[in-house]
Amino acid sequence: MTSPIAGGVDCDLHPAVPHLTSLLPYMNDYWRDQVTTRGMTDLLSQSYPVNSPISARPDWRPAQGKPGSSLADMQRQALDKFAVAYGICNPLYGVQMVFSEDMADAFCRALNDWLAREWLDKDDRLRGSIVIPVQSIDKSVKEIERCASDPRFVQVLMLVMGDMPLGKRHYWPIYATAERLGLPIGVHAGSAYHNPPTSVGWGSYHIEDYVAQAQAFQTQLTSVIVEGVFARHPNLKMVMLESGFTWLPPYLWRLHKFWRGVRMETPWVDRAPLEIVRSNIRFSLQPVDAPSEGETLNRLFDHMQSDELLLFSTDYPHWQFDGDEALPKGISPDLVRKIMIDNPLATYSRLKESAKEVTT
Amino acid sequence: MNIQIRERPEAASSSSVKTAIADCDIHPARATQTELYPFLAKRWHAHLETFGVHAYQGMMGGPPYPKAQPNASRRDAYPPEGGPQGSSLSFMQQQHLDPNNVALGVLNPLNTGQGIRNQDLAAAICSAVNDWQIEKWTSKDSRLKGSVVVANEEGQAAAAEIRKRAGDANFVQVLLLSRNVEPLGQRRYWPIYEAAEEAGLPVGVHAFGFGGNPITASGWPSYYIEEMVGHSQCQQTALASLVLEGVFERFPKLRMVMVEAGFGWAPSLAWRLDKVFERLHAEVPHLRRKPSDYIRDHIWWTTQPMEDPERRDHLFQTIEWIGWDKLLFATDYPHWDYDEPSRVLPAGVSDANKQAFYLDNARKLYGLS
Repeated sequence: MTSPIAGGVDCDLHPAVPHLTSLLPYMNDYWRDQVTTRGMTDLLSQSYPVNSPISARPDWRPAQGKPGSSLADMQRQALDKFAVAYGICNPLYGVQMVFSEDMADAFCRALNDWLAREWLDKDDRLRGSIVIPVQSIDKSVKEIERCASDPRFVQVLMLVMGDMPLGKRHYWPIYATAERLGLPIGVHAGSAYHNPPTSVGWGSYHIEDYVAQAQAFQTQLTSVIVEGVFARHPNLKMVMLESGFTWLPPYLWRLHKFWRGVRMETPWVDRAPLEIVRSNIRFSLQPVDAPSEGETLNRLFDHMQSDELLLFSTDYPHWQFDGDEALPKGISPDLVRKIMIDNPLATYSRLKESAKEVTT
Repeated sequence: MNIQIRERPEAASSSSVKTAIADCDIHPARATQTELYPFLAKRWHAHLETFGVHAYQGMMGGPPYPKAQPNASRRDAYPPEGGPQGSSLSFMQQQHLDPNNVALGVLNPLNTGQGIRNQDLAAAICSAVNDWQIEKWTSKDSRLKGSVVVANEEGQAAAAEIRKRAGDANFVQVLLLSRNVEPLGQRRYWPIYEAAEEAGLPVGVHAFGFGGNPITASGWPSYYIEEMVGHSQCQQTALASLVLEGVFERFPKLRMVMVEAGFGWAPSLAWRLDKVFERLHAEVPHLRRKPSDYIRDHIWWTTQPMEDPERRDHLFQTIEWIGWDKLLFATDYPHWDYDEPSRVLPAGVSDANKQAFYLDNARKLYGLS
């Protein structure tokens, strides 16, 4: 086993909203009335059925309520356990699934306020991601600006399967705002289910949807690279969360090869895809889709040709590893330090600011 | 590939061209729009001229994502007698089969009945394309073998076409495309697998096709390069579906070939499937083995477009994870991203692995010794 070191950053924690009614205090009268009068219940996503084994480690599953809904559990099972300096909260409540941009906006605002009051206020180590109503660029930009005045919000959160590929120009005002405010764009596994959850249609099983997240990340990475997001926004970082990363090297071989062949189609892509990934794209550590023995994984790290791409994550409370084995076997102490501390601090500029304040 | 960046000594390239090779992905084309008519009932001639093919995408003619060059093909591959690239047997022989010493060439016609919404028309065109492969290609050059194309969305009609061609030495596999109305593991496609298994024919799944779904799980991307790169993601999902639906439990002798979708992604997909299967096997109790076991036993991969990492040891390690016995050399002639046989493998491969890669694996899979 590779031991975690103290003072790291857990870049993917999932606090759970107990129920839609938990957000009512953070909605205005109109939306409170809508939720109540129309009998709206919970916004649970098919991406993570509550009782699915993938949704919570057996020993992290509470006796009652949703996994991840208790701050005390998260402190004991993740923050204290891995002695992290910071933990970034990425709420996966299914607010992106609704089809009305007004309703999505109201729910996102409530969710962000709920996160600040019920989590960030209660543990100094916690940081938050801003969930946005992506169907409306205008509303998304306003919500980013509203939340960003609180320095504890350190990134913007989007789902990997949404309405349109993420590189589309339509989304660029979101990226401009995020870049200006020092917020990376976190792209997390999960679907708004506005499109079939695979590129070849609807599968039969939950396991298929979960496996397909990795392919969705690949197509999104192609989109943001070839549309030129990083030529326009060179300081923007994107973090692929719960994406897996072992697919990255062969994916880049293929993208690089075709880019060489047909780059006349996207002449604004001014650097090789691999260089763009190295400078602008990061990946959360979990899940590690590789055999558990160290040799294969070390070869894979070698195939990635960079030790700056991975950011420590437990994916709490999702079941990605057992015991204390948050770090894969056989990786060097240097790499552990990079993954746990250096890489996250280099990615999340707002964390670096707080880290400075703490040390001075 | 379009650009060859590495410098190689000439000696390395000339030595390997002499050996016979199998090319497991050749695309034959029709010289004219009406070349299929002799194989197609009269009612369809008028139908096609009036209504076109009514596909699962919007363009009456030409691809939804315009290719980087006409017909996605090499500019030097136009036959001297006219017609599109890949439409002349004599020019294919002269430009490709003879100089590269192709001992076995597997034909994968792409412009068929697959992806057509009218299922009667789809079946008629597929059957015509199969007759046309014999008439124009395989009966005229014994090195060439055909692929049985089928009306993929109509399992029973497709199975009937496969049974009609079973035992016909002109054909060595059944051909499907990766993008269909549903993921390929779905039961509507099982009659195809049943008939193919019964006929002892592998099923090739070639990257491409339009089945009505956006080609990413987040909608339609903008560019041809996204479609090109995205073929591998569509193929990964299609393969995951085949495994997770239990196709290889139900059809234990079925062999499948992933054509023109890359192979570098295979290890990562298999590891991911295995890892998630550990957690979620209760949802798919019809699977009795690990997903990677089905992939290892049932799947072969064509090589083009060859994985091209900066470091050759990364390529070799990847191939070792898959198995040298599972790769089938292919050029994709006459398409633009054609792989030149003599330049595809870096130095450092044993003679036995080269022989398997270039010829023996294909001969064994397709039963041609």
